[in-house]
Amino acid sequence: MSNHRPPGTFSSAWLLARKDLAIEFRTRTAFLSALVFAVLALTIFYFTWDESVVSPNDRAPGVLWVVLTFSALLGLHRSFGLEEHDRGIDALLVAPISRESIYLGKAIGNLIFLSAIQVVAIPSLALFYNLPVGRPLFIVSGIVFLAMVGIVAIGTLFSAMAVNTRLAELLLPMLSLPFFVPVLMNAAQAGSRIFAGRPVAEVMPWLRILIAFDIVFVFACTLAFPFTLEE
Amino acid sequence: MSQNRTRTDSPTEYDAVTYVWRMSAPAPSNSLAVEVSGVSRTFGRRRAVDAVDLSLNAGECLALFGPNGAGKTTLLRVIAGLLKATTGTVRVGGRSLRNDPEARGQLGLISHQSMLYRALTARENVEFAARMYGVPDPRSAAMRALERIRIADRADAPVRALSRGLQQRVSIARAIVHEPTVVLLDEPYTGLDAAGGAALTDMLRLLRGHGASLILVTHNVEEGLAVATHAAVMLGGRIVRRDDVASLDHAAFPAAYRSMVVDASDQSANRTVSVSA
Repeated sequence: MSNHRPPGTFSSAWLLARKDLAIEFRTRTAFLSALVFAVLALTIFYFTWDESVVSPNDRAPGVLWVVLTFSALLGLHRSFGLEEHDRGIDALLVAPISRESIYLGKAIGNLIFLSAIQVVAIPSLALFYNLPVGRPLFIVSGIVFLAMVGIVAIGTLFSAMAVNTRLAELLLPMLSLPFFVPVLMNAAQAGSRIFAGRPVAEVMPWLRILIAFDIVFVFACTLAFPFTLEE
Repeated sequence: MSQNRTRTDSPTEYDAVTYVWRMSAPAPSNSLAVEVSGVSRTFGRRRAVDAVDLSLNAGECLALFGPNGAGKTTLLRVIAGLLKATTGTVRVGGRSLRNDPEARGQLGLISHQSMLYRALTARENVEFAARMYGVPDPRSAAMRALERIRIADRADAPVRALSRGLQQRVSIARAIVHEPTVVLLDEPYTGLDAAGGAALTDMLRLLRGHGASLILVTHNVEEGLAVATHAAVMLGGRIVRRDDVASLDHAAFPAAYRSMVVDASDQSANRTVSVSA
């Protein structure tokens, strides 16, 4: 009877990502809360620093990473929460797709979601902190994207682990933040030098380490994910 | 059209099934569809399923009765590959589902939880499932499945706007859109009204007629016996009674089943009293 050819790992991952984005597009709950958080945090940081003591160029990178990290956590938390409500995860687990494709689909959806937050947050940062627009901002956006790959890889895995616990909101940041450190450290170092007007060649060592962490985290988390689904 | 016709009891049933069903020829009835050997599942020190053996041929339907906590849902989740058996093996179509994604394509699962996404429409939910199973022309397949369970008129309504019973119908459409050969049903009649229940019963008979094997977990003896070829009663994680429905006394079975459940409940209560004493 049923002799259909199921989609491959990347096709099913993309199907899953599209489904998550369609749900987010309809509800906009996580996007709006992450966006409002990002803009509010930028505003509060703007008013809490004395410009005569610390220049906007010096504080902008720190503000950027704090805002992006915590708005990312808001988005990541919702990722597997979507599947828990009516046990949609059970339908995915009995479907003829690999466990890895579920992880990759969730991660792709999260990456697109966080990129959409960046599209608003980074120009807002430039506006609040009077940063140079154009090439430096474009390069910083690229660095942020690379950092988001690592953050999403780790955060998606821990979101799956934390979702069934009573303290999911607390557990996700507690588990994820220590693993974010190597990603954020390299991205922040590279970003602050670009904001200070240094050439791209000078930040390449940090970018190489950042890319290496991204690759390691994506592979390690994809392989580890099926074990988080064992009951 | 005529080759798709099946025996039905009323014109309405006929309309509901004939213009949508496009399954291939029935599977041979002597091929083993589900094989459960010595399956146990424990949660901590509690043994939810205890050394269960069962087998089901293609085209057969097993109705699994039992009170709350008897282990029916756990057994179904083990067969579906959602839970790992502590001991024993489960094979569906001769293959283990847990490490074989393609083998899972033969399975349909209907649970008392809808497994739907509330923000998506009924059609989008079923179409998403069709795409996940690689069904050709998923949009048409989704509409056919919704027509089969008589909810096509609400195809573009978001699931959150549907009643519990209508959500259950969408959930059934989602589970059968890929025309599975083995369907696991956990309390599928929950929330369905008379029309929904009748549509489900028709559909289950039709699935069986086309060679699908069904395992139906339910509390409702009458609904279970209406579609089943075999009946089993589960108590305390074990299958304590098995019957061939054709040779079963349909009038006496409900009373016998109720008496088994009450006896088991009394024994359990006595054990609790003696432990606390």
